[in-house]
Amino acid sequence: MPEQNTVTINRGPRETIYDLSDAGKRCLYVDADPALPAVDPVARFGQYAAAEPPALPQVNEVEIMRHYAHLASMNFGVDVGMYPLGSCTMKYNPRSCEDAARLAGFAELHPAQPAQSVQGALRLMHELQTDLGEIAGFPAVSLQPAAGAHGEYTALMVFRAAHAARGNVRRKVILPDTAHGTNPASVAMAGYEVVQIASTPEGLVDLDALRAALDQDTAAFMLTNPNTVGIFDPNILEITAAVHAVGAYAYCDGANLNAILGVVRPGDLGFDALHINLHKTFATPHGGGGPGAGPICVTAELSPYLPGPLVQHVDSAEDSYQLSYPEQSIGRVRSFYGNFGVMVRAWTYIRALGGQGLRDAGQQAVLSANYLRCRLQDAYRVAYDRICMHEFVLSGSPFAKAYGVHTLDIAKRLLDYGFHPPTIYFPLIVDEAMMIEPTETEPMDALDAFADALLAIADEAARDPEMLHNAPWTTPVRRLDEAAAARTPDLCWQAPTADAHGSR
Amino acid sequence: MAYPNDRKYSSDHEWLLVEGDEATVGITDFAQDQLGAVVYVDLPAQGDSFSAGDAIGEVESVKSVSEIYLPVSGEVIAVNEALTDNPGTINEDAYDEGWIVRIRLNDPSEVDALLDAAGYEASLG
Repeated sequence: MPEQNTVTINRGPRETIYDLSDAGKRCLYVDADPALPAVDPVARFGQYAAAEPPALPQVNEVEIMRHYAHLASMNFGVDVGMYPLGSCTMKYNPRSCEDAARLAGFAELHPAQPAQSVQGALRLMHELQTDLGEIAGFPAVSLQPAAGAHGEYTALMVFRAAHAARGNVRRKVILPDTAHGTNPASVAMAGYEVVQIASTPEGLVDLDALRAALDQDTAAFMLTNPNTVGIFDPNILEITAAVHAVGAYAYCDGANLNAILGVVRPGDLGFDALHINLHKTFATPHGGGGPGAGPICVTAELSPYLPGPLVQHVDSAEDSYQLSYPEQSIGRVRSFYGNFGVMVRAWTYIRALGGQGLRDAGQQAVLSANYLRCRLQDAYRVAYDRICMHEFVLSGSPFAKAYGVHTLDIAKRLLDYGFHPPTIYFPLIVDEAMMIEPTETEPMDALDAFADALLAIADEAARDPEMLHNAPWTTPVRRLDEAAAARTPDLCWQAPTADAHGSR
Repeated sequence: MAYPNDRKYSSDHEWLLVEGDEATVGITDFAQDQLGAVVYVDLPAQGDSFSAGDAIGEVESVKSVSEIYLPVSGEVIAVNEALTDNPGTINEDAYDEGWIVRIRLNDPSEVDALLDAAGYEASLG
């Protein structure tokens, strides 16, 4: 067990790269005068030419390596430890998928190359479109959106175009109160009004509330299924039928597709569109702002409005894979072809696992979540106490009431045990929420170690609340002042003064 | 947590301090405690008119964004501009310095339907 006085060596934040700078330090000394041609920046760039060179640091190569290797060592990622961030599906990414993405034939393509010179890449995209359509149960797929939220927005624009084509402009989109925050944001971005409905005490869609909210002005209903409390809505067919009865579209936020992979196809549930987070379900890296991909799948009725380019296959001797642009397309939503490197990883993952393997992955994710739920249900309060899907929600409210220990304290203390905390304070309808998603990639030993840590923290909450209020104790930086960071953010590095430029 | 007896409360965790046909509105101590450290307050404009139950603005904390509901109808006659620079005042002094708006009531009798301090505290369970 980590003690509060544990000494960690050399893990704290150090100087910036600029603090290491001294005039004249260089990386590689080249013993030659390359005789570069002189360039007059003002003649070339006019008013846009900079008056002075940029204040870049001057550093030795070994200092650069140590500086960035040190920063990387302070980071926490799924390659370091378990990362049970509910709804985010932070699972381990197989190195075979990384290898595939680094093949020169994929990695060194230029996006402006003519289609006939990138037939292999286009074939991969075409097969991925087909695979995702088959997995999700939809006939048409666009790989363009660069993230899940981007997929939501794109689908809403497709809905808007389809309504408009019928001369039927509608104003509002309905969401349950368990929705991901991106849903209302996408609705607003797409120019619709958000209408929120309350969930039932079981965390499900309230059918009466939905029917009361649906009308001829409703463009769509967005639902995450399984939802953010880890429950598959048993009334889903009634829900989508009610939505269709007023001429609205049913949208599935596919963030939780992991749970039903190979078992249920959202297209069979009456949904008209779905986004898939390739960086969640199909195991490609995400988090930290790395590229993601949020392809959308739609019904045949909506396919004419998809953003282009799509990849189509035509039988001809050469360049049989071609780019196409649907006739009534809403237009581009991303430059070039979307995040192609992510597509290569997802294609590799799908082909490596195969149909049965994907189904096994989904079922393992559900089994892992239920195992953790059962191990934790006595010490913590399970918000919706029933068999869950790929994730479940605990409430820290008993600890808050009895000891003044909040979910934030528990989450911070988990860092001392070597685990990334789960998603906290979401969904909003659960007091002191902790939303845990172990994913299928964690071995039994890791699941047990995580459960042991949370049980140990439950004991600590009773014995020593003050210690938890001050956690974490062993991390490179301690408890951060989130309020001050949000109220008075200081995000800019200040350039040294002219005198100090380039030297200490 | 304290719930002063000099004012009325809504089940959505707002308080109203009524003086004649005017009322000062804020959020309760319970609400600020649940939200955690407030980092931003979205305020309405002076002169805006609202119906009972309308959202008049938002309180954003490190945990979440919550709407502020006006439990009665009225017109905004003053807003607490100081919250723009110091939103944490809501955490420090929810009932006085942390007030959000002052309104002119359309119908002072609407206030009668609100909870008193004991009723509000009981509603928190």
